[in-house]
Amino acid sequence: MTAHDRIIPPLHQRKPVLSMQAVDKTFNGGVVALRRMSLTVNEGDFISLLGPSGCGKSTALRLIAGLMRPTVGRITWEGGRGTDDLGVVFQEPTLMPWSTVAKNVWLPFRLRGKSFATVRDRIEEVLALVGLDKFANSYPRELSGGMKMRVSIARALVTNPRLILMDEPFAALDEITRQKLNDDLLNLKARTGATVIFVTHSVFESVFLSDRILVMAARPGRVIREIAVDAPYPRGIAWRTSPDYARIARETSDTLMSTLAPGESH
Amino acid sequence: MSVTEPTSRSETGVGPMFDAEEESLARKQRVEAVAKWLLPIAVLSLAIWYWDRLVVWNDIPHYILPGPGRVMQTLIQDWGTLSQSLLVTLQITLMALAVAIIGGVGLAVLFAQSRLAEMSFSPFAVILQVTPIVAIAPLIFIYIESRMVGLLLCAWIVAFFPILANTTLGLKSADHNLRDLMLIYKANRWQRLRYLQLPSALPYFLGGLRIAGGLALIGAVVAEYVAGTGGIGSGLAFRILEAGYRLNIPRMFAALLLIALTGVIIFAITTAISHFALRKWHESALKRE
Repeated sequence: MTAHDRIIPPLHQRKPVLSMQAVDKTFNGGVVALRRMSLTVNEGDFISLLGPSGCGKSTALRLIAGLMRPTVGRITWEGGRGTDDLGVVFQEPTLMPWSTVAKNVWLPFRLRGKSFATVRDRIEEVLALVGLDKFANSYPRELSGGMKMRVSIARALVTNPRLILMDEPFAALDEITRQKLNDDLLNLKARTGATVIFVTHSVFESVFLSDRILVMAARPGRVIREIAVDAPYPRGIAWRTSPDYARIARETSDTLMSTLAPGESH
Repeated sequence: MSVTEPTSRSETGVGPMFDAEEESLARKQRVEAVAKWLLPIAVLSLAIWYWDRLVVWNDIPHYILPGPGRVMQTLIQDWGTLSQSLLVTLQITLMALAVAIIGGVGLAVLFAQSRLAEMSFSPFAVILQVTPIVAIAPLIFIYIESRMVGLLLCAWIVAFFPILANTTLGLKSADHNLRDLMLIYKANRWQRLRYLQLPSALPYFLGGLRIAGGLALIGAVVAEYVAGTGGIGSGLAFRILEAGYRLNIPRMFAALLLIALTGVIIFAITTAISHFALRKWHESALKRE
């Protein structure tokens, strides 16, 4: 831990950022993507939405991002949603190939009408945070998959948003890069105090990263259980190999398996 | 380090060669680099030489088939008239291309902004595109008094469609995640167009431009044929018609040569523009290692 780390209060003492109240999402064909999801996101939370495909975890993220409207129920931001309140990282890096790394990170500011010169320092700072300060003038095609993802994370962080949504950001990366990025993500979170909702289908990733795991089930998509991971940050290799980690991973895995229909489990 | 050394050498292509296989690969690359230029030039020269020999061996009179030397001679002799006509054709072609770019991109942006506009106007664009220009041109010259404007209109009709079609496609094929990102950051219509849709459409537009450059020239030449003899300020097509009536075959060839050269130069320029605009980021302009 460094001197710059933000102190995040324990789970039950955090101030709310956003709440979902009994949210339903039904698609045109009558498919229920999400049923009665309620969730209060608190400042400093690292929440994982964990479940098999079709459990509505990406739908939940799109609802929170405001890309869709709930069919029933409501999503409210504490004190309203400001323009810089949300950062998003998709499964693909989603960079503009015609712009350099720095110009890509500039995008959220650019859309607020801020010139590059006025936010240059902030862009350099956030690029240094993800370890890409030397690549500011590179084009995305010159970077590896993991580095592109870091640019995407830097872009999500640059406005200091109240909430960062991550939709299986490391799913397409190899295991080694993925572990490295998981470690770095926790360091970033410790230093920025960011609130994160992280969608994943990996039990181990969710237990390693988050302090709250929402286990979801499919058909219809719903939350079946919340598991608290009460291990202190920073977490590293010691946490990954601890008995507590193994126990919670086992518990989470069992919960996940219980949601699958008999024919689907192995 | 000894493990990574061979890869770094083969990537940069420098350093000593140890392997016979490596050496033959390098030789092959060198040969290919030279052949890329030498081969087309050699084949073209051979074809011209054969054309010349054909005329000489068979004693073909120049009013039936002039040899390449005779064509060049005519080109130099008649340069005064031919260069004037070249300027006229070039002027119409470039103006038509400019208007096609403005009209094509403008309409494409309009279509991308409004589905209603696209539904209303795209049938007109398609009708204009599928009707042969030689069939429309006589009507245009009846209704439009200025010969210049008529020619311009004909060349424009032919040239604008590939730009419109390609740019429309490009504006619509912006990455859907980037679109979502624009929504999340509450970008307005203009910002979305400027920062996302237009850059996404650039490679498509440039592809359309390469086609439109050639078509503008074809449109200009065809329109001139239809317009017929127009006296002063006539282009290359008119010179070909005129020379045909007078059985001045060498001049027909000379004018034809100028048209072909113009087309090649337009293609080369549009290709170069495309390369320089995309070389930093687009797959089409990147060299793969």
